[in-house]
Amino acid sequence: MEAKENRDFRDAVVKAVGDSIFTCYQCYKCSAGCPVCFAMDLQPHQVIRAVLFMQRERVLSSRTIWLCASCETCTTRCPNEINIAKVMDTLRHLQQASGNQSRESKIPIFHNAFLASIKKSGRVHELSMIRDYSLNSGDFREKLKTGGWRNDVKLGIKMFLRGKLKILPPRCKGIKEVRNIFHLSEEHKKT
Amino acid sequence: MRISFFPGCSLEGTAREFGESIQSVCKSLDVRLEEIKDWSCCGASSAHCTSEYLSIALPARNLSIAEKTGKDLVTPCAACFSRLKTAAAMITDESKADFEFPCTGKISILHILEFLCQHDFSEKIDKLIKKPLKNLKAVSYYGCLLVRPPEITDAEHWEDPTTLDILVSRLGAESVFWPYKTECCGGSLVLTRVDVAKKLISRLLDMAGEADADCIVTACPLCQANLDTRQDEIASEKGVGQEIPVFYFTELMGLAFGLEGTGKWFRRHIVDPRPLLKSKNLI
Repeated sequence: MEAKENRDFRDAVVKAVGDSIFTCYQCYKCSAGCPVCFAMDLQPHQVIRAVLFMQRERVLSSRTIWLCASCETCTTRCPNEINIAKVMDTLRHLQQASGNQSRESKIPIFHNAFLASIKKSGRVHELSMIRDYSLNSGDFREKLKTGGWRNDVKLGIKMFLRGKLKILPPRCKGIKEVRNIFHLSEEHKKT
Repeated sequence: MRISFFPGCSLEGTAREFGESIQSVCKSLDVRLEEIKDWSCCGASSAHCTSEYLSIALPARNLSIAEKTGKDLVTPCAACFSRLKTAAAMITDESKADFEFPCTGKISILHILEFLCQHDFSEKIDKLIKKPLKNLKAVSYYGCLLVRPPEITDAEHWEDPTTLDILVSRLGAESVFWPYKTECCGGSLVLTRVDVAKKLISRLLDMAGEADADCIVTACPLCQANLDTRQDEIASEKGVGQEIPVFYFTELMGLAFGLEGTGKWFRRHIVDPRPLLKSKNLI
């Protein structure tokens, strides 16, 4: 069962990004140029190798797949034209589908809050999106303990006074169409 | 000249001064920006991190609205630009049946920097300059998604882009070379892994200082917000560090053109750029 799961995992990545992934010769160029490498538990070139070795658990439980900032440096520089940023995206999709909690749990929670904001009003409302993220991720509770909330409040007040925080959510008349896109996306995941 | 405009979500909030300066500068260049009707969010990074379908279908809705106007589409946000261009590239004849809003790719998608750096504008810009930005030393910051990946952005020089540098020099400022033009600012991690984002921001600020620049010039609402908002936190954590103003390039255009309203834009910055501009006799 596990062996099949591991093979399916590799095949899903190959299907999404193409056969070019097999050409990786571990030149490290992706890792050398990665701006977030210092915080990663698996470096980008190690992720590619681990995918090819079908190490599903090792890859999907890594912090790396969520820490990747999608800056596209690796994809741009890869001598074998492997779309590494897309590999990372695919791994995030697979991680979310696995139903397990990530060690970088705040990052997917942020993305969910961002998408929920779009689903609600068609456009992102920064203020309520940040509120939802802080509450859902436990970030707010954590900052209450550490005192980190002071920096956030200070910045929030500065932004408000400078007219940079829109209080009322935006309106988009096409909201039904936008919600339908989300619905279709869920349908798409099932197929 | 009329062109379709996709402002993106941040122009209504954190990047208001970008929106305001774009409107003023375009007006003086006789460009009429026509906001596309009822646009919705492009989905940004959150969509492509979550579902490929969503990452294409969300921008596709906007593309199909824009295509109805028949005019090319300009956007000021690097993330919107990247998502719109990616969707346009991904919706092919074979795949379009999957999407509710198929677009045909008949219009061009341009970032506002690319648009204003077109050859046709250079003479006009030269004529409009009333107050050259003398003695202002600026590093041009392009960030990630304006240039990468070049297959999507159509950037000519993705490792060492020059369009913004050329424009800054055209305005009379000194464009200072630095090696971090396209290094990531960590914008996508600023709420979730502040420690990582601050490290990336800090690197950029330090390098701008090392290059002896007075300010950083950006063309992306996310990069500007990210570089502008965390400077005092970073300075107090390090115990050293001087704050450096971060401009939108259109603000500098407006300043050089002598447009009204520049004061209002500069007041919106977290790192107040006015002391610097005063010291250079530019305001």
